[in-house]
Amino acid sequence: MNFHLNSKIPDGPIQEKWIKAKFDLKLINPANRRKFKIIVVGSGLAGGSAAATLGEQGYDVHCFFYQDSPRRAHSIAAQGGINAAKNYPNDGDSIWRLFYDTVKGGDYRSREANVYRLSEVSANIIDQCVAQGVPFAREYGGQLDNRSFGGAQVSRTFYARGQTGQQLLLGAYSSLNRQVDKGTVKTYPRTEMLDLVTVDGHARGIITRNLVTGEIERHAADVVIMATGGYGNVFFLSTNAMGCNATAAWRAHRKGAGFANPCYTQIHPTCIPVSSDHQSKLTLMSESLRNDGRVWVPAAKGDKRAPNDIPENERDYYLERRYPSFGNLVPRDVASRAAKERCDAGYGVGETGLAVYLDFADAIQRLGKDLVEARYGNLFHMYAKITAEDPYKVPMRIFPAVHYTMGGLWVDYNLESTIPGLFVLGEANFSDHGANRLGASALMQGLADGYFIAPATVPDYLAREGTMNADEKVTTHHPAFEEAEKSVTDRVEKLLSIQGQRTVDDFHKELGLIMWNHCGMERTKESLEEALKLIPALKEEFWKDLKVVGDKDSFNMSLEKAGRVADFFELGELMVRDALQREESCGGHFRGEHQTEEGEALRDDDRFTFAGVWQFKGNDKAPQLHQEELQFPNVPLTTRSYK
Amino acid sequence: MKLTLHVWRQKNASDQGRMETISADGVSPDMSFLEMLDLVNDRLEKEGVEPIAFDHDCREGICGMCSLMINGVAHGPEAGTTACQLHMRSFQDGDSIHIEPWRSRAFPVIRDLIVDRASFERIQHAGGYVSVNCGGAPDGNAVPISKIEADLAMDAAACIGCGACVASCPNGSAMLFVAAKVAQFAHLPQGQPERKKRVQAMVATMDAEGFGACSNHYECEAVCPKDIPVKFIGELNREYLRTACGD
Ligand SMILES: Cc1cc2nc3c(=O)[nH]c(=O)nc-3n(C[C@H](O)[C@H](O)[C@H](O)COP(=O)(O)OP(=O)(O)OC[C@H]3O[C@@H](n4cnc5c(N)ncnc54)[C@H](O)[C@@H]3O)c2cc1C
Ligand code: FES
Repeated sequence: MNFHLNSKIPDGPIQEKWIKAKFDLKLINPANRRKFKIIVVGSGLAGGSAAATLGEQGYDVHCFFYQDSPRRAHSIAAQGGINAAKNYPNDGDSIWRLFYDTVKGGDYRSREANVYRLSEVSANIIDQCVAQGVPFAREYGGQLDNRSFGGAQVSRTFYARGQTGQQLLLGAYSSLNRQVDKGTVKTYPRTEMLDLVTVDGHARGIITRNLVTGEIERHAADVVIMATGGYGNVFFLSTNAMGCNATAAWRAHRKGAGFANPCYTQIHPTCIPVSSDHQSKLTLMSESLRNDGRVWVPAAKGDKRAPNDIPENERDYYLERRYPSFGNLVPRDVASRAAKERCDAGYGVGETGLAVYLDFADAIQRLGKDLVEARYGNLFHMYAKITAEDPYKVPMRIFPAVHYTMGGLWVDYNLESTIPGLFVLGEANFSDHGANRLGASALMQGLADGYFIAPATVPDYLAREGTMNADEKVTTHHPAFEEAEKSVTDRVEKLLSIQGQRTVDDFHKELGLIMWNHCGMERTKESLEEALKLIPALKEEFWKDLKVVGDKDSFNMSLEKAGRVADFFELGELMVRDALQREESCGGHFRGEHQTEEGEALRDDDRFTFAGVWQFKGNDKAPQLHQEELQFPNVPLTTRSYK
Repeated sequence: MKLTLHVWRQKNASDQGRMETISADGVSPDMSFLEMLDLVNDRLEKEGVEPIAFDHDCREGICGMCSLMINGVAHGPEAGTTACQLHMRSFQDGDSIHIEPWRSRAFPVIRDLIVDRASFERIQHAGGYVSVNCGGAPDGNAVPISKIEADLAMDAAACIGCGACVASCPNGSAMLFVAAKVAQFAHLPQGQPERKKRVQAMVATMDAEGFGACSNHYECEAVCPKDIPVKFIGELNREYLRTACGD
């Protein structure tokens, strides 16, 4: 199998690369566009915006998603905001600063040219969303309001109360609806992609299962776009929605798409702690809380007094102590590790000892309860509902949780994977965040990919490689479709035929725990090697002892989950391999052996300034690692310091 | 806690369906309502019985997927709360709980507690948008929008499209859902050019989909997990009237 990593970064100064690329990319005459069929899998910010925009351009777009409406994609859950280099507050922001912050925040493991482009188009995203009627927060004078968000020293985050993702997604959804009304986009709700079809090495279609009828269907197209989100649910417990999965990406990987940096996972510092083993998911409390809340633990080990009984001088505001210049606003990876460090050392609070306090007493005193309520009312309300505690009176308890995956399918500058004709957008690609994503940058990236980048690069592929001649187009009668459909059907039947003793959730929880304990916030050679024994053993048991009731020809939630968990096993193993291979600490990847004396992440730039891209070699064969060297001519490598 | 559940079971759209009694043991007050169902389903599956099918995804009260009638109330007893955010501490040990799908002509049952809300989609396709192509939008601050209007638009835009309003309305009306979208755009300058066309198209589709009329019961407001106020229905009526009067 062909496997080149040609990043296709355009020549020239970084400020001119995207301008040059857009000029060099080939175009398709408006009259001919409807002759090209485009499959978009995913209707979140990335998929929804891409489908709508390509529909506007006149292509024949088909958009698939597993929920009953595009508006329910998991982008809907994003709370805090979206970054853009508008510099409306005139506090020193610029495209260059957003670019610089993102490269540095990513711990120098992203591709400079992509990040620059992201910063460059960020301002257009806000304009586009405003034009769609997204009700962003405004100031009294009618201008857009901004706030500062985790790790940034400027206020560049736009928001819509605590529901920014919802409002941005409803914006993309409305554009999609307009195209559905016009007939350029057709939607396929409750439909899950179970395989990618390639013909002569190019992506030419997908195999899906209709989740209502169980029907397995073939769909051919001139190009396939995947925007299927992240894979945080490998850990079972995460802030992702229950249905978030890696199946589409993993199936594409097995068909030849390189998987980059799978070990880069982001653990978000401010989530509601796990209360017991019945828990099905973790709830994120927006990072914006750290703008006014102060994080602390008791200064004495095992202090079990109620938080309000612990006097000021017996508290350890450890973030302010360790990072005087950023304090409570250090980036996510730093804040999460610091919380884990305190809990591991025996200073954790709450029943499990796996929590730290986030305290608003000072803020309430300084700003008044009304203002605190205006800023965070909905979050306080949510917290109270889940924990039955009142955060206006008692400090919140928080703990880090799996939140975002920086790894994903490898893409070049044009967002094309190693399979020609397969483009990957949003959280599903390995993208622009390197080893750590800054707050409010995922929404920005998803919409940059979908509104501005794919609509320029996908037509170029069609112009170069596509055909307008109906007789030359691949149809679903091609043997490749036959073969892919058969393998999907066989797998579904296999899952149903095992009829063992253990349920899917049972296996998923056990896998999640292995991943969390061995490949979570801190990994070591030892823990990873152990995981490489545990995961395959559990996977084997899964295929022998799984129990799925019901049949394949009707709505069957357990069957859906079983397919997803089967893929999580394979991906989980690859994540561990990747973490083992990367003998350094960077961003969200923290190897216990590689830290400074103060416990900070220690990169090894000489050996690891590359994106690790894995090639699938077969079921029982070890995958092969390839490297895309990363260069930093514009943002010189330095040690990230938030002291 | 030990509970007795009376659950609607229906294999598919053509099955008649019936209530079944299922016991739920070992329920903790800290569980969410859906985690309680997970627990029951895990037991059912181990016994070889098909689990209770229900819609859910985010479990954070924002995607609008979950859709349960709990003891006759859409999303259950807590105000301003989706079923996924409802906790078992709202119930007592020994309680009987009736769990049914949304009941409405416009929302046919797919299986057990899952309904088909495609009729909502078609209303949105008819006019739930501003006609603006990507690229070339003016600067976001080019048109100031007063904070008051922006906040009102946001109040309306908070709708999660779950359908609780329809399920709780004696007439099966979708007025609150449609009103929320129409009002969001009516409060923004971007929504003005298509203001009339939008309200006409969305209301016509709503009627064609078989949703009932509003006769001011206000059950919708009472169950709305996002507390969307019925004053938006008044706005919808005014918007509609304006188009009829040719204003
Ligand atoms: C709780 C939470 C809060 C967040 N807050 C912020 C924030 O404040 N700011 C920020 O920038 N980022 C935030 N993020 C991150 C950000 O929301 C996501 O990274 C981003 O929205 C992902 O968008 P996406 O379009 O790539 O994927 P998603 O929105 O996850 O969409 C995936 C789509 O793919 C479809 N799909 C998946 N698999 C299949 C399949 N096999 N077959 C068919 N369809 C499939 C789904 O149906 C869905 O339509 C947050 C994330 C979470 C979890
Ligand atoms: S599951 Fe998303 S709102 Fe309840």
